[in-house]
Amino acid sequence: MSTPMVGWKDLPMAAVPFLSAREYPTGEWAVFQPKIDESKCVKCGLCWMYCPDSVYRWDGESVPVPDLDHCKGCGICATECPTKAIEMVRI
Amino acid sequence: MVAKAVWRPDIKELARIEGQKRPVESGHRLCAGCGAGIIIRQIAMAARKPLVWINATGCVEVATTIFPYTSWNIPWAHNAFENAAAVGSGVEAARKKLARVNRFDVDPDVELDYDVIVLGGDGGTYDIGLQAISGAFERRHKIMYVLYDNEAYMNTGIQRSGGTPFGARTTTTPVGKVIKGKPLFKKPIMDIMVAHGIPYAATVSPAYWNDALVKFRKGFEAEGPAFIHAFSTCPLGWGSAPEDTVKIMKLAVETCVFPLYEVVDGEYRLTGPSVSIAKNPDRKKPVEEYLKLQGRFRHMFKPENKWMIEKFQEWVDRQWETLLKRAGY
Repeated sequence: MSTPMVGWKDLPMAAVPFLSAREYPTGEWAVFQPKIDESKCVKCGLCWMYCPDSVYRWDGESVPVPDLDHCKGCGICATECPTKAIEMVRI
Repeated sequence: MVAKAVWRPDIKELARIEGQKRPVESGHRLCAGCGAGIIIRQIAMAARKPLVWINATGCVEVATTIFPYTSWNIPWAHNAFENAAAVGSGVEAARKKLARVNRFDVDPDVELDYDVIVLGGDGGTYDIGLQAISGAFERRHKIMYVLYDNEAYMNTGIQRSGGTPFGARTTTTPVGKVIKGKPLFKKPIMDIMVAHGIPYAATVSPAYWNDALVKFRKGFEAEGPAFIHAFSTCPLGWGSAPEDTVKIMKLAVETCVFPLYEVVDGEYRLTGPSVSIAKNPDRKKPVEEYLKLQGRFRHMFKPENKWMIEKFQEWVDRQWETLLKRAGY
């Protein structure tokens, strides 16, 4: 550490996180990640609704696209998909 | 009083709006399969006005704002366990004061038409934060308090809380010769909150998303404090598979462990699948189906501990009967 210590008067008033969590790739945690069979997808949007990590990008019309940089591979989407169009594949 | 017009959520429209706003950004560090991640997204989806989000200490707070990263694209503040509802009250009261001193004219950038949401876990609601919530509800602040109930202090290492159900294994109620999981039952938090005479209180299971979104919206629209008890599966603390999160949320409702209902000005009304179970009692599933998916109840399935399942079932039946009577069935 070559930078000198800052005094308490120079510190910001409270701890304020300043970077978006998007820059943190939680996708590295995953062992399995979803792969969508587009022919089976009925575009109901349940994978998007039940994803705890806001990973699915869905415009309401086309097949939802998972953002694999952030998918932790929990598999909720594959379990809840009514047509079993989602398969969890090992990465 | 709650507004009469019922909002019907359209999943496609919600997806478009969420895609533009991204209120809760990916990259937070909640466990894979965490139920709270679904709840916070659904709250943000149901909001009709800009949100001010007050978060008590808990899994959501810790995991979404690990320095220097934040998942929130909305105004958000972290508070201690015990004062989240008090801070929410302050934020709500500040709006009234600012409107009175006509601050809005002075600075046009100040947005005064916002909703205040306070989110707390079961530790911050059942145990530590109870008196602040009680005070905020007594003073009739227009805040919505959402309790995401994962039934123990999961963030600090799975210690039992007032919300832990009977028989659950936690690190402070281990399974051994003397005790077999928590020997006591869950605190009836909904009864306590309803007793404050608040205009809106409801239980929510995010697996029934339509019902959940409507209830969150009604909570925002209530003229006064609203309380929402949301059921949140915790794969880590419950010893359940991450992919079963939503399945367990559904089973909790189907077995009547966590019935769905709302209380509008003291009047109980069942909603969602709980209505069909009340009308058709054959649809009520035995609690074993709910218990067997979770490692924290595994000891109950040993032959010598069969009485525990019976006791659990008896408690569930009693709660359900009481609720049916209140709802007029």
